[in-house]
Amino acid sequence: MSTVSVRIPTILRTYTGGESEVKADGATLGEVIADLDANYSGIAARILDDDGRLRRFVNVYVGDEDVRFADGLDTATPAGTQISIIPAVAGG
Amino acid sequence: MALDAADLGPATSLTCRECGESYDLGPRYACEQCFGPLEIAYDFTGVTRASIEAGPRNIWRYRGLLPVPTNVQDTPNTEPGFTRLVRADHLAESLGMQRLWVKDDSGNPTHSFKDRVVAVALAAARELGFKVLACPSTGNLANAVAAAAARAGIRSAVFVPSNLEQQKIVTTAVYGGTFVTVRGNYDDVNRLASEIAGEQDDWAFVNVNVRPYYAEGSKTLGYEIAEQLGWRLPDQIVVPVASGSQLTKIDKAFGELIKLGLVEDKPYRVFGAQATGCSPVAAAFKAGHEVVRPVKPDTIAKSLAIGNPADGPYVLDVVRRTGGAVEDVTDAEVVEGIRLLAGTEGIFGETAGGVTVACLRKLVSSGALDPDAETVIINSGDGLKTLDAVAPVARPSAEIAPSLEDFRASGLA
Repeated sequence: MSTVSVRIPTILRTYTGGESEVKADGATLGEVIADLDANYSGIAARILDDDGRLRRFVNVYVGDEDVRFADGLDTATPAGTQISIIPAVAGG
Repeated sequence: MALDAADLGPATSLTCRECGESYDLGPRYACEQCFGPLEIAYDFTGVTRASIEAGPRNIWRYRGLLPVPTNVQDTPNTEPGFTRLVRADHLAESLGMQRLWVKDDSGNPTHSFKDRVVAVALAAARELGFKVLACPSTGNLANAVAAAAARAGIRSAVFVPSNLEQQKIVTTAVYGGTFVTVRGNYDDVNRLASEIAGEQDDWAFVNVNVRPYYAEGSKTLGYEIAEQLGWRLPDQIVVPVASGSQLTKIDKAFGELIKLGLVEDKPYRVFGAQATGCSPVAAAFKAGHEVVRPVKPDTIAKSLAIGNPADGPYVLDVVRRTGGAVEDVTDAEVVEGIRLLAGTEGIFGETAGGVTVACLRKLVSSGALDPDAETVIINSGDGLKTLDAVAPVARPSAEIAPSLEDFRASGLA
């Protein structure tokens, strides 16, 4: 079991008691999100759709990599990894 | 932040484009239920052709259709908009078209359409109580934010990819303010900005945490085109696609004008233009997909180099609903497009303009776009900002000694 650090976007901080960064355990992104939900009930349903896939307007980064370029929810999350959950916006 | 005193004109609420959840107006940008982007909802009253025509010759003539205070033109701002709509007969002739117009947004105060969106973002940010005007940018937005903040007398904080064109570095830095180059591509900078926005409560990242307001500024392109055509909509319009926001907002503007009875209801077709080196939306369109797969950008059209375009799915919706298409062109075609527009109409567009002209040519060739129908294309920025793109091919005809003999010998008479 590896412990990682997860940055929480403003709109999800109601689940984390206002915390902008929390710890979670899991060997893959999917496991990390499940662990988050165990501690902050309901948060997984905000990040994942009804079919358990990443919602299309959520970007998740494991380290510097957008997980859509990696293995999605199966992306490995070694101990100490920094994970960021961010609303998908783009400007130019 | 206290919003009791906020005057956001005809804006009434924020609505999620994905799930329909509604929120009070405020400094929010993503739906708490599904992360979907929030869109401004309005209650328009008293907007007529006459009320618009009586307004100033800038975007504030449309203030009754924007999320800005009634007295918006009384506070210092760059007063963008009402750029020229150029009848492009020579370009039309070279492409075998009948009636073509170029909406030349290089004529804005910092020489791109971004002055429109930033002016609206600035006005809304003031009302929402933000203290700093900030953005991640591919360059044009950086110029617009730094200039608008200087004019407004507030601090700016601008973040750009470190490999940006030198011209866009200089044309941002000159306005002062905090200006950071980030070792990464635009999508990396965008991500960083989102993270900073989560930490700095009084920083308005125009295209992140005040994006619902900011994006509405692009509607003014659509309003102006219709007004400048004599309160008519064109049959076809070709719009460059980066995040996709500009295209969807022009469509929104046309829809509002129809609904308000300011123009006659008629069908129009919307086309999107991308560079092949960053063409996630064109790829999705051509493959018949509803979702846009992100890409790693590699193109000279850096102002369009957004590999993960947030409004991509909505571009697909608009283009398919109206019977348009999304096309893409190579960097070599982009350079040809810049030279074609310059050589036929005397308009020096930036790389995004080259993308649009080259896509127009390709759409005419393929038959996707009707050459006999009235068409408008957008030139969103100034070629002086992307000189490197054409410098290798835009050269003098000859170099001669200051003598008449040399001139005669050059064969250029």
